[in-house]
Amino acid sequence: MTRSIARATSVTLTTLEGVPGKEIIEHYGLVQGSTIRAKHVGKDILAGFKNIVGGELKAYTELLQESRQEAVNRMVMQAEELGANAVINIRFATSSVAPGAAELFAYGTAVKVR
Amino acid sequence: MEQIIIFLILLGVGYFLGNRREQKHYEDIKRREKSTLHVPLMSWGAKQELPYAHDAEMFVGSVVVANDYFKTVSASLRNLVGGRVTVYETLLDRGRREAMLRMKESAMEWGASQVINVRFETSNIGGQGQAAGAVEIMAYGTGIR
Repeated sequence: MTRSIARATSVTLTTLEGVPGKEIIEHYGLVQGSTIRAKHVGKDILAGFKNIVGGELKAYTELLQESRQEAVNRMVMQAEELGANAVINIRFATSSVAPGAAELFAYGTAVKVR
Repeated sequence: MEQIIIFLILLGVGYFLGNRREQKHYEDIKRREKSTLHVPLMSWGAKQELPYAHDAEMFVGSVVVANDYFKTVSASLRNLVGGRVTVYETLLDRGRREAMLRMKESAMEWGASQVINVRFETSNIGGQGQAAGAVEIMAYGTGIR
């Protein structure tokens, strides 16, 4: 599930300031992708039950993973449009904008490597 | 009267099931940590010379965890006097270790020899009412091979 973040595309994604073993030949600047997701009512009710016994809330974990994938996809799409083949120095940020809704944000630098 | 009974039942269920689940989770975490010990995680990697590698890829691990009812109540009591909130410490501790393990395991599946520049991100995704207190923890880093 988490692996598909990188697998879905030919663009190399790293959190480093470059791609190991390769040389940066062009910079295209910042690319970003974000998505705001609200929770499903049914999932929220189930999570409420889960809150009595504690532990992982699987429905939420999956929801946030899907949304993060979406944010990364948007970032990659932007990078592809610019003609980049790698996005380096990727960072994530999450913030809750309203009760029950969260924004997931990913940003990085689009580059061409060889 | 009924409300008090429901409250006490929830408290008891939360205490027993919550503690058992936490213990099981910790056992699981320790076992997995031991079996993945040979792949190191590093928090450095940026602002440094790139390591030698053939391939690099980003990996993400995340988990949403919540406290049980008993711990939520005891934390709100703790709020009155202040001090260390141990019940939340263990929650965040196991959430963080779980997220780290998920990232590491997906990196190992890919064949990573190490994961560098690992970053953590914690956010409160608390919903309405009782669902408040759910925390999302994610770990992300670059696997190299």
